[in-house]
Amino acid sequence: MGIGISIHMQESLLFVNLTGELDQSTMQKVKQKLVNAIDQSDVKHVVFNFKGLTFMDSSGIGIVLGRYNQIRDRDGRVFVVGMNPVVAKVFYMSGLNKIITIIDDDADVMRVLEEAI
Amino acid sequence: MRNEINVTLPAIVSNASLARLIIMGILAPLDADTQQLTEVKTVVSEAVTNAIIHGYEGNPEGIVEFNAVLEGRRLKVVIKDHGVGIDDVELAKQPLFTTKEDEERSGLGFMIMESFTDDFEVVSAPSVGTTVTFEREIL
Ligand SMILES: Nc1ncnc2c1ncn2[C@@H]1O[C@H](COP(=O)(O)OP(=O)(O)OP(=O)(O)O)[C@@H](O)[C@H]1O
Ligand SMILES: [Mg+2]
Repeated sequence: MGIGISIHMQESLLFVNLTGELDQSTMQKVKQKLVNAIDQSDVKHVVFNFKGLTFMDSSGIGIVLGRYNQIRDRDGRVFVVGMNPVVAKVFYMSGLNKIITIIDDDADVMRVLEEAI
Repeated sequence: MRNEINVTLPAIVSNASLARLIIMGILAPLDADTQQLTEVKTVVSEAVTNAIIHGYEGNPEGIVEFNAVLEGRRLKVVIKDHGVGIDDVELAKQPLFTTKEDEERSGLGFMIMESFTDDFEVVSAPSVGTTVTFEREIL
């Protein structure tokens, strides 16, 4: 099981690709890596790609929300690509979709980002 | 057909993943769709994680009791801890309510459990522990 994290920065954007399972046992590793990456740079926006995740629960949602709180002072935004339908349902039910932007699977991600920011 | 599994899990965080495997195992013969299985798996993950991190506050000596019964296509699960318990269950169930905000929790566990089950109940008392029971018909 476990988690794979790869990140890269492109201008004001921090791209985060996750693979595996994002839960209580793996969230700490992801959090550490992202907190540092954001603290040590001047990226404004975070773009998560969840296509490679096989499972995610509320511990993972905490990671997404935490990054929103980390960059909101920079007027940054958080985007999620490839969110599975169950997690997406939770975002809509809780209203989190109003502060975290869910990008459709078939959308042209770069285009959505260009238009949004 | 009736099937049942009863296990006790030490309160270590990787056991949420073990509980998810167990529940997927008992549901495997039903050939249910991914969406339903993911929902059930998430509910189990939420309840077991809560028992470990809130109930036992990470103390690995704590024991989480996990019982799952499948009768036909009806699943009933009981997840029990003998940890710190919850003062005000109604408050704890409110979406976005958490007592661990500083640890980046979202306070969505109970909302997830309630939404993805047909029947859901939390019984808790301070310093006695917490029992989460849910039922879900697998279509
Ligand atoms: N088994 C438990 N023992 C003691 N307290 C609990 C237990 N389960 C939940 N709680 C309390 O209820 C609150 C709400 O639980 P819930 O799962 O909804 O949110 P959370 O665990 O704080 O955050 P999230 O689940 O989104 O990561 C918790 O913050 C905790 O105070
Ligand atoms: Mg929880």
